[in-house]
Amino acid sequence: MSDILEEVTSSEYKYGFTTDIEMDTAPMGLSEDIVRFISLKKNEPAWMLECRLKAYKKWLTMEEPRHWAHISYPKIDFQNIIYYAAPKAKKELASLDEVDPELLRTFEKLGISLEEQKRLTGVQSNIAVDAVIDSVSVKTTFKETLAEKGIIFCSFSEAVQEHPELIKKYMGSVVPHTDNFYAALNAAVFTDGSFCYIPKGVRCPMELSTYFRINASGTGQFERTLIVADEGSYVSYLEGCTAPMRDENQLHAAVVEIIAHKNAEVKYSTVQNWYPGDKEGKGGIFNFVTKRGICLEDNAKISWTQVETGSAVTWKYPSVILKGNNSVGEFYSVAVTNNHQQADTGTKMIHLGNNTRSTIISKGISAGFSNNSYRGLVRVSKGAKNARNFSQCDSLLMGDKCGAHTFPYIEIKDKSAIVEHEATTSKIGEDQLFYCKQRGIDTEKAIALIVNGYCKEVFNQLPMEFAVEAQKLLAVSLEGSVG
Amino acid sequence: MISIKNLKAGIEDKEILRGFNLEVKPGEVHAIMGPNGSGKSTLASVLAGKEDYNVTEGTVIFNEKDLLEMSAEDRAREGLFLAFQYPVEIPGVSNINFLKTALAEIRNYKGLPPLEAKDFLKLVKEKQAMVELQGSLANRSVNEGFSGGEKKRNEIFQMAMLEPTLAILDETDSGLDIDALRIVANGVNQLRNKERSFIVITHYQRLLDYIVPDFVHVMYNGQIVKSGPKELALELEEKGYDWIKKEMETAV
Ligand SMILES: Nc1ncnc2c1ncn2[C@@H]1O[C@H](COP(=O)(O)OP(=O)(O)O)[C@@H](O)[C@H]1O
Ligand SMILES: [Mg+2]
Repeated sequence: MSDILEEVTSSEYKYGFTTDIEMDTAPMGLSEDIVRFISLKKNEPAWMLECRLKAYKKWLTMEEPRHWAHISYPKIDFQNIIYYAAPKAKKELASLDEVDPELLRTFEKLGISLEEQKRLTGVQSNIAVDAVIDSVSVKTTFKETLAEKGIIFCSFSEAVQEHPELIKKYMGSVVPHTDNFYAALNAAVFTDGSFCYIPKGVRCPMELSTYFRINASGTGQFERTLIVADEGSYVSYLEGCTAPMRDENQLHAAVVEIIAHKNAEVKYSTVQNWYPGDKEGKGGIFNFVTKRGICLEDNAKISWTQVETGSAVTWKYPSVILKGNNSVGEFYSVAVTNNHQQADTGTKMIHLGNNTRSTIISKGISAGFSNNSYRGLVRVSKGAKNARNFSQCDSLLMGDKCGAHTFPYIEIKDKSAIVEHEATTSKIGEDQLFYCKQRGIDTEKAIALIVNGYCKEVFNQLPMEFAVEAQKLLAVSLEGSVG
Repeated sequence: MISIKNLKAGIEDKEILRGFNLEVKPGEVHAIMGPNGSGKSTLASVLAGKEDYNVTEGTVIFNEKDLLEMSAEDRAREGLFLAFQYPVEIPGVSNINFLKTALAEIRNYKGLPPLEAKDFLKLVKEKQAMVELQGSLANRSVNEGFSGGEKKRNEIFQMAMLEPTLAILDETDSGLDIDALRIVANGVNQLRNKERSFIVITHYQRLLDYIVPDFVHVMYNGQIVKSGPKELALELEEKGYDWIKKEMETAV
C-alpha cells in the first residue's frame, strides 16, 4: 500500500465557483474611518458604533497570535483586506422571488436550494435558513412560522435595529472584544451574521440554519452569531460554510456566542467547507474563529458538533463554560486535513458549577502533507464539586507525510473531579482496505466506508440531513488521498 | 473455472510460491493441505490480488480471463471470494452496511441495479439462518468484538450473500469448536452446486469429514507435491507431514 499512498491527492474543490453579483464594497484596508463606514452602511445606532470603536482601539494594542498554535502561515496584511462587501440592489425582500436569481443559483450549487426548503414547509423536519453571502445576510426563511412561537431568528444587523435590548445584554457577554486578537477585530468590523432567541419554555420546532459564503475577491468575512436560549428552551442550530477557489488567501474571523439559561439546551452543528487551497497549498481560507457558549444557570446544556473539512488554516476551539450546577458541555468533532491544510482545533471545557459534566470526542483525519492537531483544555475550578470529564481523541493517518498531534491540557483545582482522557493514533489499515476490495468495494469507496465508520460517534450527533451531507463532504475531501 | 500454471510469487526478495499448478473445474472442491509456512495463505492472497506480493512468473486464467491483470475488487466482482484466515475488523461500519455496499458494487459490475431494501433484508435473514448467525451480529460493526467462531461464520455468511463462483476458504476451520465447525461446513455444503467451485485450505483433516473434497493436494515449499482422492487426507492425518517432508528431501 505504501505505493498507493505515494500517490498524492487529486481531489478537486467542487464548490469553487464565483458568483457574478454586483458588489457594494468598502475601500481596502482598516482604519477608524472604515469602522465608521461599516456602521454607517448598516445604519447603526450610536451605541453600536461605540462598541465597534472600542473594540477597534483595543485591537490596535493587541498582537497577532502567531506562535502557540501548531500552524504556520504567511503574515496577514490587515491593510490588504476589504472589510465590507455587500451584494448590491438592497431593499427589503418580501419573498424568495425577489432574491437575485444568480444568488439562488449559488445556493443551488451549494446544494441548499432555498426553493426546496420552502417547498418542504410542513413536510418532515424543515429548516429555517439565514444565508450570509460575503458580509450581508440575504434572506431568512420561515421567519413568520418562528414568530408565532416568539422565536427570533434574523440577521445580526436586523437584530441590532429591532432587538437592541437583547443585543446590548448578550453581545460580548461570552466572547468580549478583549478576549483575543481576532475577537477584537471581529467586534470592530463584523458586518453581519445571525441572531437567534428562543423564549422561555419554547422548543424550537425546526432546525435553524445559517449558510456563510465568501464570494468577493480580497474580502474578509467577519460574522457574528449570537444564540440565546431562555429558561427551559431548546434549539438545534446548523451552520454551513463555503467559499470559491481563489489564489490568494482570504481571512475568515467569526465569533459565535451561545447563552443557555436554566434548563435550556442548545445544539450547535457546523459543517465547515471553506476553500482549502489547491494541491500545492496555494490559496485557501484562513479560518480563525472564536466560538464559546456558557451554561449560565443550572441544568443547562450546550453541545458543539463540528465537521471540519475546509480552510487552508483552521484555528478554532468551540468551548463551554459550565457555570450552572449540573450543566453539561459536549464537543464532537471530525477534522479532516488533506494536501497542505493545517488545523489546530479542539475545545475548552471550563467547569465552574457543581456536578458539571463534559464530553469530548475528537476524530482527526490527516492525509497528504497536512497537519492536524487536537488542542483541548479541561479546567475544573476550586470549589466546583464532582465535575466529570471524558475525553477521547483519536487520530487517523493516511500516508506517512502527514502529521497528527494531540495537546491535552488538564487543570484540576478540585479533588472531587474525575477526568478521563483516552487517545489513539492509527493508520488506515492496509488489511482493512484489502478486505473491502476482496468484497468488490473499490479503494475510494472503501476509504469512505472506513473513515465514516471511524467518525460514526460524531456523525450520530448531527441532524439527519447534515449527517448525509457531512459523509459526502468527507468522501470528497479525501478523494485521491489513497490510491 | 480456474487454471493456475507455474505460478511463482513472493514478497520482496523472498520467493514463496515456487511454480504452483492447479486446475479446478466448475463444481469441484479441492482441498489444499500442508504444514505451516508452506505458502497456502500466500496462494490465497495472490489469487485475491493482494498487492504486497510480486508475481514473477506463471499464469492464472479465471473464467477465461487473465486473473493477474485484474484489480482485487474486479476479481471479487468476477466471482472470486476469499474467506480470510484472519478476518479484519472495521469499527463503526455495520456488517449490514458493509454487505449492502459490497453487493451493490458486484451487481453494478454486472450491470444490475442494487437490490431493493426489502429483498436485501430478506436475503440477509435467509443466509443468516444458514450459518446460524445471530441477527444482532448483522447490525454490529464488521467483525468488531466477534469471537473467533463468529468471525469465521461471518465469512461464510458473506460468502452466502455474495454468491461467488469460486470460493477460497483459508483455514476457516482453525479455532472452531466442533459445533461451529459443523455449522460452517453445513453452510458450505448448502452452497455447493454444479457451477460453484471451492478451494478449501486446511491444516487438519477433520474439516474434510464434513466438507468432502473431490481432490486433495499437499502443498510444501510453495508447490503441490502430492495429489490424490479424498483418502489422501486420511493418510496425511495418520502419518503427519514429516513423511512428506522426508520424501521431498530424499527426492532432492
Ligand atoms: N507478508 C509477509 N512477509 C514476509 N514473509 C511472509 C509474508 N507472508 C508470508 N511470508 C512467509 O511465506 C511463507 C509462507 O507463509 P504462508 O503463506 O502464510 O504459509 P501457510 O499459510 O501455508 O502457513 C512463510 O515462510 C512466511 O513466513
Ligand atoms: Mg495460512
